[in-house]
Amino acid sequence: MSEDRSDDSFFGGLGAIDRSRIGLYAVLLAMVAFYLAPLESGLVTAFKTQTGFTQTTPFAPPPPGEFTTAAWQVAFDRLREGLVNSLLMAVPATVLSALLGSLAAYGLTNLSWRGQLGVLVLFVSGVFLPYQSVLVPLTQFWSFVDLAGRIPLAVVDDYDGLIHLSITHAAYGVPICTVLFRSYYATIDDEMLEAARLDGASAATIYRRIILPLSVPIFAVTLIYQFTQIWNDLLFALVLISDPGNNVVTVALNQLQGSFVQQYNLQMAGAFIAALPTLVVYVLFGEQFAKGVAGET
Amino acid sequence: MVGRVLRRAGAGDDDVAGESTAENVAESDDSVAASDRCLRTDGGVEPAHGAGTPETSLIDRLRRSEFVESLPFWGPPGLLVLIFVYGAVAWNFVISLTGWEGLRQPTYDEFTLEMYRTLLTDASFIAAFRNTLVLLVVFTVLSLALGLVLAILVDRDIRFENTFRTIYLLPMSLSFVVTAIFWSWLYNPRIGLINEALRAVHLDFLAQAWLADPRFKLAAIIFALMWQFSGYCMVVYLAGLRAIPTDQYEAARIDGASTIRLYWRVIVPQLRASTMSAAVVLMVFALKAFDFLFVLFGVNPGRSADILAVMMYRVAFDRLQWAYGAAVAMVLFVMALGVIGPYLYLQYRRGEL
Repeated sequence: MSEDRSDDSFFGGLGAIDRSRIGLYAVLLAMVAFYLAPLESGLVTAFKTQTGFTQTTPFAPPPPGEFTTAAWQVAFDRLREGLVNSLLMAVPATVLSALLGSLAAYGLTNLSWRGQLGVLVLFVSGVFLPYQSVLVPLTQFWSFVDLAGRIPLAVVDDYDGLIHLSITHAAYGVPICTVLFRSYYATIDDEMLEAARLDGASAATIYRRIILPLSVPIFAVTLIYQFTQIWNDLLFALVLISDPGNNVVTVALNQLQGSFVQQYNLQMAGAFIAALPTLVVYVLFGEQFAKGVAGET
Repeated sequence: MVGRVLRRAGAGDDDVAGESTAENVAESDDSVAASDRCLRTDGGVEPAHGAGTPETSLIDRLRRSEFVESLPFWGPPGLLVLIFVYGAVAWNFVISLTGWEGLRQPTYDEFTLEMYRTLLTDASFIAAFRNTLVLLVVFTVLSLALGLVLAILVDRDIRFENTFRTIYLLPMSLSFVVTAIFWSWLYNPRIGLINEALRAVHLDFLAQAWLADPRFKLAAIIFALMWQFSGYCMVVYLAGLRAIPTDQYEAARIDGASTIRLYWRVIVPQLRASTMSAAVVLMVFALKAFDFLFVLFGVNPGRSADILAVMMYRVAFDRLQWAYGAAVAMVLFVMALGVIGPYLYLQYRRGEL
């Protein structure tokens, strides 16, 4: 198909096919503008002064006199603590949920036993759970567990909310991680595992020696997808974190927005700072992110 | 060893295991010899696997059953899912039957359906319910349509395909807090990009107070969410398109079908599976869409844009009417179940679980 199409445009000269190719690229570029316009408008606004963004068009670069990085400094000061907290919370939650997802997928895919499908359905359904339906019990649960009251460590006391949030994210990440790993593990050659079994390898040995080394690509996909999801979440953080010192970056950004209502340059700078880690991850590992996104189905 | 292989083959319900049965049985003669190797590599861990042990005792059988062997792997994560997903939903249901509100702790001594009765006569619930349905349907249909068009365009053998795909999917990697802040700026009635652009092309009469006017609020939200999710639909459709054999394009072309006819009659009908799975994800998202609205409007989006996800948070965490909030949450849960139940059943029927 692909050769055929390029042949068409090659031999077609300036005919109808070339004109339709030009139209195709025009539409594709228009869509690029559609998807990037909000980011472009936000980026130029973040570098403008107050008079700059009220008096120039929203997508024009800042005029010479109205360029400033002050908004970035203020926004960064407001979000710095949140960025650190988000990182402390998201990294362990990401790793833990990916690891648990990998284990669960192995137990539910490469080993076979009766009733497996029923357990699997329970896992898969968890992907689609509306988190609202667990919020009230969740706050009750964590007030009963009361880690800070039970573990007399300064760290636990200081980061109580963050620990709760991290564990919560890890737990609710298990279903999607299981689904991602499962679709990958289902493609692993069964005969190879069978051969290892006949050699007397236990399930644990097979997992450690065969499955884990093969899992590197899917671990990349899952870690990237989960990190983005957990970093970006607002709802759980709103509900589980009460101590302002434990605020994650999404909560801090929302508060920044609320306290500087008309200062769009500050808001835009803050939005970019909060989004930077996920943007960097996306630019570097876009392919893996796309696989994670598609794997959700 | 032989018994174990046969049991495994019998239990294996997928094709791969079925096909390899004959081979396994044939190979199992060698397995006694293989167990020598087993002693060398793994003997320390599982000495009972030695060749001489009779396989009759129940404990031995249990230990070798794949159920028991697999339990340490899916058990702990399964326990987390059981507690955090199913336990929590059940607890939420129990709370919705109490009258719990305010700062005190709940008491589980009296259960009524009072909260659900209140829901039926609560005008704000009915408005939020209606808006949720509108959001669910319109957002899903629009995102799917735009995603399909994008996928078809990107699939037409273009240059820089990766770059285009990366850009189209980019919004999906951003937090709703971030995108809501972008869109609140774009929708600014006086100096936002949307209205400035409309004025620039002399369509001043179309410039509106998008996020303040009750007539446009929900539409503005749906448009922004479509911006964020259509790239996801593109990715799903692209995978679907690439799975269709090339000769179908050729055959249709030989028949003289135009490009539009080709896609509409031949290609799109084959994307039903992609459409269904993407639609389920979009619908479930529409049910729980909270972050985006909360950043734009706080807990009070107003009648015209209120949805159940926001109402639940407002009622429970702002007004501290915990039981009532739990009841709203149960409605959301049942709606989600209504979406994913049939989907999972269909997947099961087609053997794709």
